[in-house]
Amino acid sequence: MSFEPKILGIACNWCTYTGADLAGTTRLEYPQNLRVVRVMCSSRINPSFIFRAFQLGADGVLVGGCHPGDCHYNTGNLYARRRLAVTRKILEFAGIEPGRFRVEWISASEGNKFAEVVTEFTRQIKNLGPQNKFKISQ
Amino acid sequence: MSRIGVFVCHCGLNIAKTVRVSELAQFAATLPDVVVAKDYKFMCSTPGQEMIANDIKQHKLDRIIVTACSPLMHEQTFRKVLAASGLNQYLLTIVNIREQVSWVTHDIEEGTAKAKALLNGAVYRARLLAPLTSRVIDVNPDVMVIGAGIAGIQAALELANTGKKVYLVEKNSTIGGHMAQFDKTFPTLDCSACILTPKMDSILQHKNITMLTSCEVSEVKGFVGNFDITIRQKARYVDHGKCNACLACTEKCPGKGVSEWDEGLVKRKAIYIPFPQAVPQKPVIDRDSCTFFKKGKCRLCEKVCEQKAIDFDQQDTFIQVKAGAVILATGYDLMDTKPLIQYGYGKYPGVYNALEVERLFNSAGPTGGKVTMRDGREPQAIAVLHCIGSRDKNNSEHCSRVCCMYSLKFAHLFKEKTSADVYQFYIDMRAAGKGYEEFYNRIIGEDVKFIRGKGARVAQSPDEEGRLIVEAEDTITGKFIKVPVDMVVLSPAMVPRADSRDIARLFNLSTDKQGFFMERHPKLAPLSTMSEGIFIAGVCQSPKDIPDTVAQANGAAAEALTIVVKDKMELEATTAMVNPASCCACQNCVRVCPYGAPFFNESKGVSEINEALCKGCGLCASVCPSSAIIARHFTNDQVLAEMEGLMEF
Repeated sequence: MSFEPKILGIACNWCTYTGADLAGTTRLEYPQNLRVVRVMCSSRINPSFIFRAFQLGADGVLVGGCHPGDCHYNTGNLYARRRLAVTRKILEFAGIEPGRFRVEWISASEGNKFAEVVTEFTRQIKNLGPQNKFKISQ
Repeated sequence: MSRIGVFVCHCGLNIAKTVRVSELAQFAATLPDVVVAKDYKFMCSTPGQEMIANDIKQHKLDRIIVTACSPLMHEQTFRKVLAASGLNQYLLTIVNIREQVSWVTHDIEEGTAKAKALLNGAVYRARLLAPLTSRVIDVNPDVMVIGAGIAGIQAALELANTGKKVYLVEKNSTIGGHMAQFDKTFPTLDCSACILTPKMDSILQHKNITMLTSCEVSEVKGFVGNFDITIRQKARYVDHGKCNACLACTEKCPGKGVSEWDEGLVKRKAIYIPFPQAVPQKPVIDRDSCTFFKKGKCRLCEKVCEQKAIDFDQQDTFIQVKAGAVILATGYDLMDTKPLIQYGYGKYPGVYNALEVERLFNSAGPTGGKVTMRDGREPQAIAVLHCIGSRDKNNSEHCSRVCCMYSLKFAHLFKEKTSADVYQFYIDMRAAGKGYEEFYNRIIGEDVKFIRGKGARVAQSPDEEGRLIVEAEDTITGKFIKVPVDMVVLSPAMVPRADSRDIARLFNLSTDKQGFFMERHPKLAPLSTMSEGIFIAGVCQSPKDIPDTVAQANGAAAEALTIVVKDKMELEATTAMVNPASCCACQNCVRVCPYGAPFFNESKGVSEINEALCKGCGLCASVCPSSAIIARHFTNDQVLAEMEGLMEF
């Protein structure tokens, strides 16, 4: 059986989560490997959430927020952008392939983009194979 | 130990087609703390809601998970069920297995597996949810309407007639918008001014309406129920308080500016009122064309003004307005057709855009209502080209909806006012509206030549000077044709205002691909936006005709009224709080919050959060190094538990 990765998504309520809904409303098909957690703003995402996702066995983590400048809370995603850039460096330092972590700005009207990103990211994670570096066996 | 009830919705076949719903309910029953798990055809229907309410009582449930459509769709619906059953509404969790599962796969195995994972995550999260108390705030009873075209005027009048105070903000020096530029309106051929100007006058006279012309919104603070909006009143250089509208100044003024009102077809004075029926009937000075501002001397207007109303030193001023709700009715621009060089707009004087032609027909227009071209000739043959920039993947993919009908109206008016041959170059004739097909049939009977094919190019005639050739493919005969004409009318795409994205940013709205404001839901909340208390009406949402615009304006007024009719309203309880025992006093939260909600309590030596200002984004919780800040409903524990549940399957 081919490798079916588990991908954790964290999406902000106002843009990416709504964009994901739009992908559904317009019946765009994409791989079912992604499981999305909804938060109100991408700025809510604590780097520990990302580390924890990998510990829990996520093969990839996808974060979605509003486009910079379009944040529902004015500046939240600007903080998120910087914080997640640092998170990426820590992940790299810890030996996680950078390709396993992605941040995308997807607006509420970009259902197409959501489906494309998920499709492409899932393919990328499949190529990378299972993530065992951080995974805590239970 | 919590007692969880899981309710799986089939949504007819919307979910059940690609998720095995009964298997999902059976699976739910095996999860920790789940006391009851059921599936039902339509959970949002009355029997579905009653089922949940009964089970809450019968099984003493204290957590409810509804596995159905997006929370953006029915979270409020099911929260009400909980509240009515005596359960705190925040103990509800929605699992989105429609928009984010069943509608994005065809594979029932995949769909069912993903739905199980999402449901498992929800159970993990639900166990940690805490009851929350909604905040109750006072509501400002006033409404602000931005944009005073027909949409804004209609909405303002409706609201003012209910007794509410309305601030009507318009960036131009007169209200009226595009509709005031039109001569006739399709399909009834009503005189546009005759139906609009009485409404404009009602705005001026209404005791509940404060009209703010030459004004733009510069800053928006606050939130639903209590918006705090800063308006920039642009300098008019005329004190409207003193001006008695004698207009002696406009007669004497030697300055020449381009008349925006007449679409640049004629000049106007530097001190001017845009058109004779403008509201207010008071002039403004256009700095760019004023001789005094350009050369430092003139001041003729000042000399003739008996009221001493001219004030060259006037500056922009700022006005603070409070409102409980806001309606955006900012309208549209016509697409600039100059970049479409194949049509020769701006190059050949015989090529006009639709709004220019509206002015040519108008008796108050530059030609006094006669159809004469820029060179003074009366055209003998006229081509009206539909879909210029609309329905065009290279420009605006959308259909602008009104162009077919106003192009037919043009044909009628050309026939009435000239003896010219009139050609219509169209892709499809879209006449969906009350009386529209009938109007189309009427125009067919008026000796108008219809060519089913988009105008591809406009070129100078090689044989006759001043004549133009329209090239197209007649898709009925399959032949390329060239039609010689004197005048070409382009019916361009309606596009969002050039500053629509700036406005969207001010009010935290989303825009669609084109830049039109996004509605909260395309079917069920077409006038609401993702920002509570901000409503949209008219073409700023998408192209539409006047009847639809007026209907939307009335709807938006009703929506705004549902907020400001009450003295108080409930706000989401999902704010942040500080656990003082863990606060390390770093004040990161104070620095990052966009709303200034956290503050440092010097006497206690810890940060605290003003909940009235908190919007619940959770930013502060993420920057808190000691995890002292708890983002209610999205606590670290809740998010991490959900993740754990999601990753188990």
